[in-house]
Amino acid sequence: MSEFLQQLINGLSLGAIYALIALGYTMVYGVLRFINFAHSDVFMVGAFVGYYAIEKWHLPANSIGGGLLALAMAMAICAALGVLIERFAYRPLRGRSTLSVLITAIGVSLLLQNVAQNRQIGFGPNPKAFPNLFPYSNFHLGALTVSSNQVIVLIVTLVLLAALYFIVNHTRTGTAMRALSFNPTAASLVGINNDFIISFTFALGSSLAAAGGILYALNYPSIDPLMGTLPGLKAFVAAVLGGIGNLPGAAVGGVVLGLVETLVVACGGSTYRDAVAFGVLILILLVRPSGLLGKAEREKV
Amino acid sequence: MLARSQYYLLAALAASFVASLFSGSFNSYFLDVAVTCGINITLAVSLNLINGYTGQFSLGHAGFMAIGAYSASLLTTNFGGKLLPLVGGQTWIFFPLALYAGGVVASVAGLLVGVPTLRLRGDYLAIVTLGFGEIIRVLLQNVDAVGGARGLIGIPDYTTLFWTFGLAAITVYTVWALVNSTYGRGFIAVSNDEIAAEAMGINTTRYKITAFVVGAFFAGLAGGIYAHFKQYIAPQGFGFDKSIEIVVMVILGGMGNNVGVIIAAILLTVLTETLRQFGDYRMILYSLLIIVLMIARPQGLFTWTGWKRKSA
Amino acid sequence: MKSLKRNLFFTALAAVALALAGCKPSSESKTGAADTIKVGEFASLTGKEAAFGQSSHKGTLLAVEEINAAGGVLGKKIEFIYEDNRSTPGESATVVKKLITRDHVVAVLGEVASGRSLEAAPICQANKIPQISPSSTNPKVTETGDYIFRVCFIDPFQGTVMAKFAKSRLNAKNVAVLSDVAAPYSLGLAQYFKETFLADGGTVVSEQKFSSGDKDFKAQLTAIKAANPDAIFVPCYYTEAGLIVRQARQLGITVPLFGGDGWEAPELIQIGGEALEGCYYSTHYSPEDKSPAVQEFVSKFKAKNNGEIPDAMAALGYDSAMVLADAIKRAGTTDSVKLRDAIAATKDYAGVTGKTSLDANRNATKPAVILAIKDGKFKYVETISP
Repeated sequence: MSEFLQQLINGLSLGAIYALIALGYTMVYGVLRFINFAHSDVFMVGAFVGYYAIEKWHLPANSIGGGLLALAMAMAICAALGVLIERFAYRPLRGRSTLSVLITAIGVSLLLQNVAQNRQIGFGPNPKAFPNLFPYSNFHLGALTVSSNQVIVLIVTLVLLAALYFIVNHTRTGTAMRALSFNPTAASLVGINNDFIISFTFALGSSLAAAGGILYALNYPSIDPLMGTLPGLKAFVAAVLGGIGNLPGAAVGGVVLGLVETLVVACGGSTYRDAVAFGVLILILLVRPSGLLGKAEREKV
Repeated sequence: MLARSQYYLLAALAASFVASLFSGSFNSYFLDVAVTCGINITLAVSLNLINGYTGQFSLGHAGFMAIGAYSASLLTTNFGGKLLPLVGGQTWIFFPLALYAGGVVASVAGLLVGVPTLRLRGDYLAIVTLGFGEIIRVLLQNVDAVGGARGLIGIPDYTTLFWTFGLAAITVYTVWALVNSTYGRGFIAVSNDEIAAEAMGINTTRYKITAFVVGAFFAGLAGGIYAHFKQYIAPQGFGFDKSIEIVVMVILGGMGNNVGVIIAAILLTVLTETLRQFGDYRMILYSLLIIVLMIARPQGLFTWTGWKRKSA
Repeated sequence: MKSLKRNLFFTALAAVALALAGCKPSSESKTGAADTIKVGEFASLTGKEAAFGQSSHKGTLLAVEEINAAGGVLGKKIEFIYEDNRSTPGESATVVKKLITRDHVVAVLGEVASGRSLEAAPICQANKIPQISPSSTNPKVTETGDYIFRVCFIDPFQGTVMAKFAKSRLNAKNVAVLSDVAAPYSLGLAQYFKETFLADGGTVVSEQKFSSGDKDFKAQLTAIKAANPDAIFVPCYYTEAGLIVRQARQLGITVPLFGGDGWEAPELIQIGGEALEGCYYSTHYSPEDKSPAVQEFVSKFKAKNNGEIPDAMAALGYDSAMVLADAIKRAGTTDSVKLRDAIAATKDYAGVTGKTSLDANRNATKPAVILAIKDGKFKYVETISP
């Protein structure tokens, strides 16, 4: 029983991170209807900003203030990066087939990975040890062990989710985002500046990816230029699982995926983990073709 | 009397046969790049049938390739000793049979993926096909009989220029003939407007399944050619990245434009090699070029007329 | 906007054309010169395994520079031509063909990953060009043929060493094994470890697996904890080992974890931190080794690479080039058959990774060193000879 509870905690903390990254995929999908492949690499850049904040720019490690500051820096820098990517790689293709944008997104993803791997202009290919941003300790509840980082992951995820919920549902910009997602042409007719809203969405999504990157690195303190690929793919799955374009769906999808993966491994199926994760996804989509919380879209005739 | 397109096919087959006779005098590095081009053409054109002509977004093409590669290689490597004498020790009979078997297994997989996923559209289909490709990879990695993660070694060196480009020519011809037949107009109809197509009495389901089965068949053949060329295959080689690579060729070449897709397949294959001279900056330049080319020609590099296709 | 796009397009096309054109002259200039000895290397310089590939590459590069600074071999400088394979299956075969048929190298060095060495081996064998792998430990690699060599020990040896070590030093009877299902290296080592350990009367109480690139091992470790082993064998690369040890300690696992040469890298301690205290691993070499040869190598490597400490891959990369140069000197020629024989005759070559001799199966027989991690430093425990 205690092993099961322990695995449940492990699964939740993994799922929370998937959820954060999945939100970025889903938001971009909501407004632009395409899969932003570069998202997982923005996630990687976020983790590296956190690393440099402590190691090179000498923010205090092991302190709540320093940790939060590093988190804020990563979110700000990645927000800017997201806006830049949108401006130069995606906007020139606005109005074109979303598949062309998909290819530039793949291009941007490859570009970020390869620049990051480059020794002269990037971080170099060797994995780096991620510093402890926050004070660290383990809590023991009976036979269960919870690390402070796992708690931080859950708290930060919940805070960010709440903030996102507020922005999307209770601010003018958020309302505009929803309007744009509903109908871009109509949105621009009622005076919404679509360019600005799309930039804003990218900033928001990328800053969430950065937060995800930092939290991921806190729990798994080894960072490298390709660290985004696998969690990015999983988060993408989570977003689709929950119903792509649907914000609560992405959060639910992330948690479900994290739990499924952890339970598969716990039952001794570690070598089939990814296969089972995808198998579950396929089964769910066969029963609910628009994901767990996605609305079935009626195509207009 | 043969149709003009059939003359083209025969000419292409003859040309690859003649080229194959002289392959000994080519530098083996160039030969390698040429064969890779041929394999990529087959892969890209077969995916073009699914993604381009039928408008279904598949991200699992490498999975079909893997199935074909492993099936054909298991036949030639493990059972070659028993089966080869049955055809009189003639590899030129045995190899295509093994390839064909690989293609058939891959097309069965195509059917298995095609049927249940027909309810899904666009990105949902993409993620399911992607998941399918990954499942194949994970399964192969876990089966010791095919070498597991270490891969399958000791595959005989059967691939020649003739098999590679002969297959590429047949693939191009088949896809062309299929799409341009009266029957095949249905593919484009499904791609342009599924609902309208259905309303016109077109069995969209059958077209989608046909596209998956035919596409998977040729991807499986390409996998067999690849395996008997590199003489070594490993599950990691058929991952998500490989599928993406093929998708890039199709979209960059212009969806539903075979000539463009062929040129894009050659261009991207040759580009990865010629960019070697830039050393550490090779892949950076490669990715920059993809972005710039796509922005400059969003309709596809080699689509010059203005006809637009509805996206998935 | 339209004209900007058109300009972009033509710039891109021009770049492509330049790239295509650029490769022609280089091939012609490369074939002409005979006053150098050409040595090729293929490595994972980008992609998933770039950390190992780059490390090994830097070691090899250092060796070549040293050889050339000392006047080269047979009175000629070594011209070192290296190619990247993006850590992708399929590309090694292509680049090795390029190295052999276009650059006309006399020997090929590479690779770290056994999978990619296996891919290049049939080509080197068919062209009768000796291939020396610095650190592919899977036994299959050199079985390809008599032109394929390696300068490291193989998995069966290392697996046996660790099984004996677990039994005699750690007094472990019940051991758990956590291996990487996507890495042939890890699977091989786990298998040979188990064989010896079971034959010696030990028990493997839990066997868990993960897949390269995973970062979360808590599920596997929780299961291992429940099996209550005396020690945990973790044959994998340092990229995962640091995290595994850390997560094991977080879950309250206190027994020692131990691994193989994949653990050897300064990053291990940076990633694993305090959690690594009391863990062990076997390796080819240790930068802490006080022998003059090792210390000289470490200081030269650091001087060249911004103070980076060389790991085991770098040391083996260095030795692979040195063994080749030594063989060319002894052969007195770069004729492929004679060079092959000279490499095969390598005996007691004093390299950075210890005395290297090649056996009849073209594998290096050399001692394994066992290190412990104590006070955040690698501490020498013992040397086990074959």
